[in-house]
Amino acid sequence: MGEKIMVKGTEAIGEAAIRAGCRVYFGYPITPQSELTEYMSRRMEEVGGVFLQAESEVATVNMMYGASSVGARVMTSTSSPGFSLMQEGISYMANAQLPGVFVDVVRGGPGLGDIQPSQGDYFQIVKGGGHGDYRLPVYSPSSLQEAVELTIHAFDVADKYRTPVVIFADGMMGQMMEPVEFPDPIDPGSLPEKDWALTGAKGRNARYVTSFDIDPYKLEKMNKNLQEKYKKITEEEQKWEEFMTDDMEVLFVAHGTVGRIVKSTVKMARDKGIKAGLFRPISLFPFPYQRLSELADKVDIVMTVEMSAGQMLEDVKLAVLGKARTPFYGRLAGVIPTPGEILEALMKELGR
Amino acid sequence: MEHKLIAAGFGGQGVMLLGQLVATAGMIDGKHVTWLPSYGPEMRGGTANCTVVVSDEPVASPVVDTPNEIVIFNIPSLLKFEPTLDKDGILVMNTSMIDREPSRKDIKVIKVPANDVADKLGVLKAQNMVMLGAYIEATKAVSFESVIKALEKKMTGKKAKFLDVNKKAIEEGMKIAREQLG
Repeated sequence: MGEKIMVKGTEAIGEAAIRAGCRVYFGYPITPQSELTEYMSRRMEEVGGVFLQAESEVATVNMMYGASSVGARVMTSTSSPGFSLMQEGISYMANAQLPGVFVDVVRGGPGLGDIQPSQGDYFQIVKGGGHGDYRLPVYSPSSLQEAVELTIHAFDVADKYRTPVVIFADGMMGQMMEPVEFPDPIDPGSLPEKDWALTGAKGRNARYVTSFDIDPYKLEKMNKNLQEKYKKITEEEQKWEEFMTDDMEVLFVAHGTVGRIVKSTVKMARDKGIKAGLFRPISLFPFPYQRLSELADKVDIVMTVEMSAGQMLEDVKLAVLGKARTPFYGRLAGVIPTPGEILEALMKELGR
Repeated sequence: MEHKLIAAGFGGQGVMLLGQLVATAGMIDGKHVTWLPSYGPEMRGGTANCTVVVSDEPVASPVVDTPNEIVIFNIPSLLKFEPTLDKDGILVMNTSMIDREPSRKDIKVIKVPANDVADKLGVLKAQNMVMLGAYIEATKAVSFESVIKALEKKMTGKKAKFLDVNKKAIEEGMKIAREQLG
């Protein structure tokens, strides 16, 4: 680890990718993540990697498919409308079992929306915006240090399970600055060889990467393999943080930047004598249902806060299963909730 | 102790840089810090602002609804942020740009003719450094030494020649605040 430096979120994620051994980046500018594309244009040249600004997000995702097929650690970053354009290719990558890291710096929507922070793409990112029975591991960082760690982790998970992985950031995470300590860089040459990658079949049996089979029985088998993989990911890759949950009377659930804002609300509530706690899912798929369910046993209110109309709320309800009330507070379209207004919403819920 | 600062003015007045220097200086001081810009359509002629938190503990929310310190560069920002300032909070205002009095009586006000001071130093653009100096003197949020170190990190290459005048501007701002604090 080096010294602490102040960086923007977009730069923190870009540098983390470089340190994770990523040497191939494809992108197309879109606010509020263009600084990440810009950062990669500079850094990839310094480290002897490939930076390519594609003609569109549709092209970007298909470049990801190609570069991943030959075994490279690949990344792209975009923001909401751009991520929508990538969905077809992501679905293809999922079935072709191609690793790759997608950074979605989510902004206000729907449609062209605005360029402010939002979490309104939870359904799209976590439940799958493309076609077919696939899932993507999704990580939602709430600090820049965590964004660095999760970006590096995302590359490992992508390679380990041969799957695209998403970093779910938002405009706030992208634009804010915070001190960050980067780990020492990994030498891309030291990464294990991928025994499925299309590296030229001279002297060995041919390999084969595809998302297609005309025979439904064979395609069903491919699907079952995917489902096996998702089961394993669900068992092994859950991540979350608990904050002041030991003696809590009410529980907040929030992810990403909102998870961080709610920490202040928890402290404010405790100053008023209300023992609040926070459960912050870090992996959104796999969602930590089991642990949240255990915590729900201890309280009467599990309040979800999001920058959306209530999307993660559905997963919270699946975890709580009616054991506690599940009120919701959300802001839409790029409006960031403040700690004070979240506390007000809680007080209302408590009838105080 | 948690310093929750909002710095606000027109785009181009150096508001964002002021905030970044406070945050970086705080980091050098060994504190936990965040810097959050307001960005987007506000950049075109309207008010630009940033929120900085400097804290002994890890910073929870980088979003602040009740700042305890505000540094204000123009009238629209005064109207927007003076009502949000915490009781007994500190307002540092650029009186070269703001020809009116604040309305609150329950806050501490530091009046800084920042443009005039910077103009006398020969670099009008350093008015944000005058404001920065007044801010660190009035709040003790970060140390002068760390601000200078942060400035040195920021002003490299062609900008390095402005280091001295910026340092001078910060010192002038500190002096003005010191006089008013009594």
